[in-house]
Amino acid sequence: MKVIVNVSLKEGVLDPEGQAIKSSLNNLGFEHCSDVRTGKQIILNLDQNSETEVLKQAKKMCEELLVNTVIENYEINILKD
Amino acid sequence: MRSGVVIFPGSNCDRDMIVALRKISGKTPIKIWHKEYDIPNLDLIVIPGGFTFGDYLRCGALAARSPVITSIKNHISRGGTVLGVCNGFQILIEAEILPGSLIRNKKLLFTCRETTLEVQSCIESPFLSGLKIGECLKIPVAHNEGNYFAPEDLLKQLKEEGRIALKYIKQKDNEKNYNPNGSTEDIAGILSKNGKVLGMMPHPERAINYLHGGTDGLKFLTKCVEQIIG
Repeated sequence: MKVIVNVSLKEGVLDPEGQAIKSSLNNLGFEHCSDVRTGKQIILNLDQNSETEVLKQAKKMCEELLVNTVIENYEINILKD
Repeated sequence: MRSGVVIFPGSNCDRDMIVALRKISGKTPIKIWHKEYDIPNLDLIVIPGGFTFGDYLRCGALAARSPVITSIKNHISRGGTVLGVCNGFQILIEAEILPGSLIRNKKLLFTCRETTLEVQSCIESPFLSGLKIGECLKIPVAHNEGNYFAPEDLLKQLKEEGRIALKYIKQKDNEKNYNPNGSTEDIAGILSKNGKVLGMMPHPERAINYLHGGTDGLKFLTKCVEQIIG
């Protein structure tokens, strides 16, 4: 089963990369772009059929390695074919 | 003094640290490979700088899950002393040995230059007890993710517990870029609750010879070694 983990920075955490992208967009004429936040996507392939088990495993992976919970939030979605 | 320097794939300041510690203590530190579970009793373990595991995922994230970290945590629970420099600091944070987070430098630039550090009034620590409060040290930094971030409650706790050890400080009133990375309250280094673990972004091992442009790093490490030997 394919699982998509979206990792984003928590509100209040400075995102210098997002700010640089924002100022570049503004310079390109996209003046209405008032904020940009960046994140990352991690795609996992888990050899398991139970959705509950897959979600449980993915959550454990996030907590133990994939996400720095001090500064990041995450969202887990199962990719349906 | 018996010391050890931990080496991960991608560590690159291990040799400089070994040279510095040998110069100070007269004894060559042992090299500890990241896959080792059993490490001998040591007075000091240093996690040096570098780009462990290519900085993949987050700086220090993969190194912090290496077997050696369990041994380091045991060493700490026995009251052992640990110094993490630069990527070593990032690893200590990722391993949850020190709190907070080190994020991208504010201006998105890899910063490699000399900084001036001020010794803060903090808890008893072998790393700082040999120095005076307010004493300034010129030690270089070289990093891309050294911007120390702590949520407000944690910052308050760190202050109350006297765990902010080193801050970047202005040399002149009008100096603007004295803080190389935009860290919260100009923090350059923090201590564990018992003062025995220090994480710092600046590289003392890169200022141990007048040819480096200064010897304040030598002074800093010498004071640490003196305090540890007692």
